Amino acid sequence: MTDLLLIAPILVSFATAVAAYLARRSRARTRAIGLAGSAVLLAIAVVLLAEVWRLGPIAMQASAWPAPFGITIVADLFSAIMVLIAAIIGFAVTIYSLGDIEPDLEAAGYYGLYHVLIAGVCGAFLTGDLFNLYVWFEVMLMASFGLLVLGGSPAQIDGGIKYVSINLISTVMFLIAVAILYGLTGTLNMADLSVAVAEVEDDGLLTVVAILFVIGFGIKSAVFPLFFWLPASYHTPPVAVSAIFAALLTKVGVYALIRMFTLIFTHDVGFTHGLLLAIAGVTMVTGVLGAAAQNQVRSILSFHIVSQIGYMVMGLALFTPLGMVGSVFYLVHHIIVKANLFLVSGVMNRLAGSFQLGEIGGLWRFKPLVALLFMIPAFSLAGMPPLSGFWAKFVLIRASLSLDTGAGYLIAATALVVGLLTLFSMTKIWGEAFWKPHPAGDHGVAPRLTAGRSALLLAPIIGLAGLTLAIGLYAEPFYQVSLAAAEQLLSNEAYVAAVIGDGAVLAAAGSGR
Amino acid sequence: MEALLAITVGAMTAAGVYLMLSWNMMRFLFGLVVIGNAANLAILTVGRHYGPAPPLVPDGQTAPAELVANALPQALILTAIVISFGILAFTVVLLYRAYEEMGTISGDDMRVAEPRPQPDQSTVGS
Amino acid sequence: MHSLILATATRLIAALMLVFSVFMLLRGHNDPGGGFIGGLIAVTAFALYAKSRGVDEARRALTVHPTNLAVAGLGCALIAGVLGLVRGQPFLTGQWITIGGDGHGHGGLALSSILLFDVGVYLVVVGSVLGVIFAMEEEI
Repeated sequence: MTDLLLIAPILVSFATAVAAYLARRSRARTRAIGLAGSAVLLAIAVVLLAEVWRLGPIAMQASAWPAPFGITIVADLFSAIMVLIAAIIGFAVTIYSLGDIEPDLEAAGYYGLYHVLIAGVCGAFLTGDLFNLYVWFEVMLMASFGLLVLGGSPAQIDGGIKYVSINLISTVMFLIAVAILYGLTGTLNMADLSVAVAEVEDDGLLTVVAILFVIGFGIKSAVFPLFFWLPASYHTPPVAVSAIFAALLTKVGVYALIRMFTLIFTHDVGFTHGLLLAIAGVTMVTGVLGAAAQNQVRSILSFHIVSQIGYMVMGLALFTPLGMVGSVFYLVHHIIVKANLFLVSGVMNRLAGSFQLGEIGGLWRFKPLVALLFMIPAFSLAGMPPLSGFWAKFVLIRASLSLDTGAGYLIAATALVVGLLTLFSMTKIWGEAFWKPHPAGDHGVAPRLTAGRSALLLAPIIGLAGLTLAIGLYAEPFYQVSLAAAEQLLSNEAYVAAVIGDGAVLAAAGSGR
Repeated sequence: MEALLAITVGAMTAAGVYLMLSWNMMRFLFGLVVIGNAANLAILTVGRHYGPAPPLVPDGQTAPAELVANALPQALILTAIVISFGILAFTVVLLYRAYEEMGTISGDDMRVAEPRPQPDQSTVGS
Repeated sequence: MHSLILATATRLIAALMLVFSVFMLLRGHNDPGGGFIGGLIAVTAFALYAKSRGVDEARRALTVHPTNLAVAGLGCALIAGVLGLVRGQPFLTGQWITIGGDGHGHGGLALSSILLFDVGVYLVVVGSVLGVIFAMEEEI
């Protein structure tokens, strides 16, 4: 039963992709299949999280090859949370896509590519094998390449080239790191690796491998100074595509970083996690400063992704239980909020006619509901109480202060200042797009949306905004789940036992681990 | 043998990096191919070199008779080759489309998505 | 490209290559070969055909749209994986049936989900590579 449950998110997404692609000639059918697939995935993800909550980490060996020889699919609480949040966003953005994506793109196979992307994301969250992680990354990348240039406007092609080329460098780095790690340990199963690295004598070489992974995953998760592909490309595709990219792609990189640097590379925490802390701080600052220099809504939001990635890496770099809670909590909060902001920016574009702040305005006067729906995720992003972002930032800053070191105080101060600058950015969008009158006068804001379409566009935005509010007002259960996930991350005996059995853990404990 | 392979990996990586530093996106792509193959060769090298015997178990036995090649790195390399082959095909088509749309294959001149700031735009938002 | 020699030779060679590709696909279970290599050989046959007779002719000869072929192959591979789940075994576990034979694993025709998976790989390779080749051939 757990076997089926573990593979189901990947299977359902792939099956949906195949069916939606083959049915792409009939617009109604491909849309129905796309929506149904997302809904089923959401239901499965809920059950998966409930099962993992009840049983602890669960694992499955593909084609019955015992670990570490076969490919392991494994879900601990962190993986299950990530799959659930990916499924929620997948469902919300599918509804939005129904109203946003042009019919010719749907006929070109949009829902097929979309669900391959989701399959890649879920696969990356669930795999327990390092090389398999590489494969899922590539599945995800191939689908995202397709989605990014779907439609083929010059700006998309231009952004696509930068996105593709820099991500391919990351792939090569990842592959080389995998090669050396395999040479050092003779295994690629992540649970087995966490036992095997303890026996590697050459700590220096292990650190080199760790840094190669930081570069490989750092490009994927867009940390300083490896983020330049992100603001070059995320503002070019259709809004639904940039929303799903913004929510999930970089977070898979963060997930991989967290997994590697809690499970495997804990031999020299002072150096590796110290480096991550420095990266986190600089990433926050450059991201938010980059955003301040932009005048296009989606470019501003893209730079804010970079800045927010810094917070997630910061929690990992602190490497305390509270820090890990912060990271997990921040991931969940950020995925919801960031996807929502991109979705709102699409509605703003449709109502006011542009993404350029200089060319729009007057939305507050004519569309107060949209203004309110922008305000909730925007203030949450900046960390205003009582929204989800406040608790995420609060936990992280609390964790860094409780280190009681100079670095801890410095990163806490950085996080606070960056939060303030984020607020400045959000008020800039507010002032330009909502507050000031439209440059074209009162007729600038036109009701360009039919009732049916605006229901499809606004329903997911309202749902996600409600989720942000719910996390903010009832933070306790979310905090408890994050806490349990963080505990599993930091003490990985249960994870290792689920994958390779109790005997191996005892043997490792016996050999002085 | 391993030293030779290691030196080859190093030389290919150097050549790949050199090509990737070019302004010409086509050369960048070639560099990526070279460095990707360097990574594949690195996997083969670190997988220990046990000679050319294929890892096959004779009929009726449970283990190979003699020392055979390590099959895992070969499987990994095959996977990586297939994936990079697919991505390369995609990227070549993408680059061709970019050349058609923008009339250049210089990475520096591709500024459609991120236009250089115009003087009249810089006043907005201040 | 219009070459009488190539066109004539292709008519013979392409058919042979297609048969050989299926041979490679079926041989792959116990010997070198398999879906990927078989698929590439089939792609070569169609690419030759496209070179000598034009892409339109090659598309007509293929009858199915290449990407549909690739996606159908993905479906085959998925079904091969699910067959194990249906029997209560982990995903992708190989399932075998023997038609005929003496009932003790000797003789008869052994069919497996692994073969179905390989057919899926074959179709994915043929579909995706031909999709790219046709697109490039038409554009350039």
